[in-house]
Amino acid sequence: MSNEVDQSWLLESATFSRPIIREIQRAAREGIYDIRGFGAKRKLPTFDDLLLLGASMSRYPLEGYREKCDTRVTLGTRFAENPLVIETPITIAGMSFGALSAQAKEGLARGATEVGTSTTTGDGGMTPEEREHSRLLVYQYLPSRYGMNPDDLRKADAIEIVVGQGAKPGGGGMLLGQKISDRVAEMRDLPKGIDQRSACRHPDWTGPDDLEIKVQELREITDWKVPVYIKVGATRTFFDVQLAVKAGADVVVVDGMQGGTAATQDVFIEHVGIPTLPAVRIAVDALKDLGMHRKVQLIVSGGIRSGADVAKALALGADAVSIGTAALIAMGDNSPEFEKRYNELGTSAGFYDDYQDGQDPTGISTQNPELGKRLDPDIAGRRVANYLRVMTLELQTLARAAGKTNVRNLEREDLIALTVESSAMARVPLAGTDWIPGFEHKL
Amino acid sequence: MKFDLAGQGIRHLNRYLHEPESQGAEVEVDNPSGSHNIAVGALHNCQVLVNGHVGYYCAAMNQHAEITVRGNAGPGLAENMMSGTVRIMGNASQYCGATAHGGLLIIEGNASSRCGISLKGLDIVVAGSIGHMSAFMAQTGRLVVCGDAAESMGDSIYEARIYVRGKVASLGTDCIEKPMGDEHIQELRKLLERAGLDYAAGAFKRYGSARRLYNFDVDNASLY
Repeated sequence: MSNEVDQSWLLESATFSRPIIREIQRAAREGIYDIRGFGAKRKLPTFDDLLLLGASMSRYPLEGYREKCDTRVTLGTRFAENPLVIETPITIAGMSFGALSAQAKEGLARGATEVGTSTTTGDGGMTPEEREHSRLLVYQYLPSRYGMNPDDLRKADAIEIVVGQGAKPGGGGMLLGQKISDRVAEMRDLPKGIDQRSACRHPDWTGPDDLEIKVQELREITDWKVPVYIKVGATRTFFDVQLAVKAGADVVVVDGMQGGTAATQDVFIEHVGIPTLPAVRIAVDALKDLGMHRKVQLIVSGGIRSGADVAKALALGADAVSIGTAALIAMGDNSPEFEKRYNELGTSAGFYDDYQDGQDPTGISTQNPELGKRLDPDIAGRRVANYLRVMTLELQTLARAAGKTNVRNLEREDLIALTVESSAMARVPLAGTDWIPGFEHKL
Repeated sequence: MKFDLAGQGIRHLNRYLHEPESQGAEVEVDNPSGSHNIAVGALHNCQVLVNGHVGYYCAAMNQHAEITVRGNAGPGLAENMMSGTVRIMGNASQYCGATAHGGLLIIEGNASSRCGISLKGLDIVVAGSIGHMSAFMAQTGRLVVCGDAAESMGDSIYEARIYVRGKVASLGTDCIEKPMGDEHIQELRKLLERAGLDYAAGAFKRYGSARRLYNFDVDNASLY
């Protein structure tokens, strides 16, 4: 055809690429920044940039299917009368009822319980379904205190004080009015249909000295029975972890910038925080510096997808990991099965991130009762359990290959880095060298 | 039942207040000496009298108990209180009644900044004045101020109602003065009566949300 353009002559600007042009024009048209769910989509250094060193002559492996490789972890051994014992070092991260449907929350609870791990509430409080189906339930104590009450606090198996999250450290949340059903409104003491702002900082303490008193308050109210976690978004991780320990945490949770969210400004998701890879190493260094590594347990989260990610996080010194987005994907989020419905929303399976608008065709990130019915909590729970089992088996496979009888025996010495960046961030040698950029190290 | 915090610390007291045996009890607490977390998480209908000043989070998450402090209270007094009555005979520091869901909190002196922040149903009556940013993001419940209110009162308020007898230095974003109807006079009278204060309800002004910020609108961005 005469007016067909020869694409081979077109040079796209790296600075003003087509997605950037589209976003500028969308902003000019709508006058509001982009709010979306999911996590960071930009390319970041990840655990894929590290490799594990299997055993050979200098180490010998465990038989892959027969020799025992323990995955059990105890969390909250510092002060709590009843620490949490989880059968796999993979927990389900906090996600709110409101952001997620009741069916999704129940599915997560069922899946976690089936494999002997914990799940976590979120902004908006604890639902009876979630408590009923969770053997181990961590109760988040958030700045908004939506749905927060001492009766539920006492029903929890652990308390997680949320200072920040990886997707938006320093930022709060916004549950948009279209997701505020009667039930969500009632739980949060606000009228139906209005935007619900979740504050970015707690209303009754401002710094680490206050937080120490707050931790004591929660322990007193729960008679020192359950562990108290402190969760921070990964930013100034060394100092934050040390201050959390000083404030009295039993467990510190560090959420890297790949961590997901139900609704945050895109500019926040993509431009604030540090990736999970350096965060876990820095957190471990902070604990070791205090002589508290393994005494205060460390959970890391943010973009964990596979048993390999878990193995590498543990090798860097974490005690456990948390998954959020991956668990939603396990339940069916972004599944090609819903491609037609995604197309109707102007997107496609694999790209859907509009958790904030309540129209999720999978029934996961919605409060629309008709959409919610599409998710069977029993099936969703089974999928989450299967996924957790696969990750655990992968983790064991890798740990056995490195000769470990316990997955927490994986160590930094078992890792090498594929890139200069990941070597510097994880402080493990660049493959084929004994060099760690910015760090004096001798093999 | 008597507790001497100089010798026992707070743990015995708090554990006792969580046990069914505290139902109907009269509890006296000596030598609080500004200790933090006194009488937190009380679960039963009982009377607690604290003889002296208290630190952070006194009476936090209270359910059913009637707690009186003969002194001043530190930050976070009665935070997330659910029910019962808390009375402070002196002044209260910042964030008193934060996020509290129910019951009655009476401050006989003044309350500092952020009084009633994120209020979720509690009624607060302050005989004196309140500090800046009080009732910030207050959702439901009522705040009665018999003295003056400092800057930015009721910023980003939702459905909570504020009654002030004295001067208001300034109103926060989306907080406006509203007319006093008969129903407001009636509810204010009852609150003052429950607090034991003898002020004429007609001398108060009512404040609440203009409801312009309930759903995000880019044209309101300059208000923040």
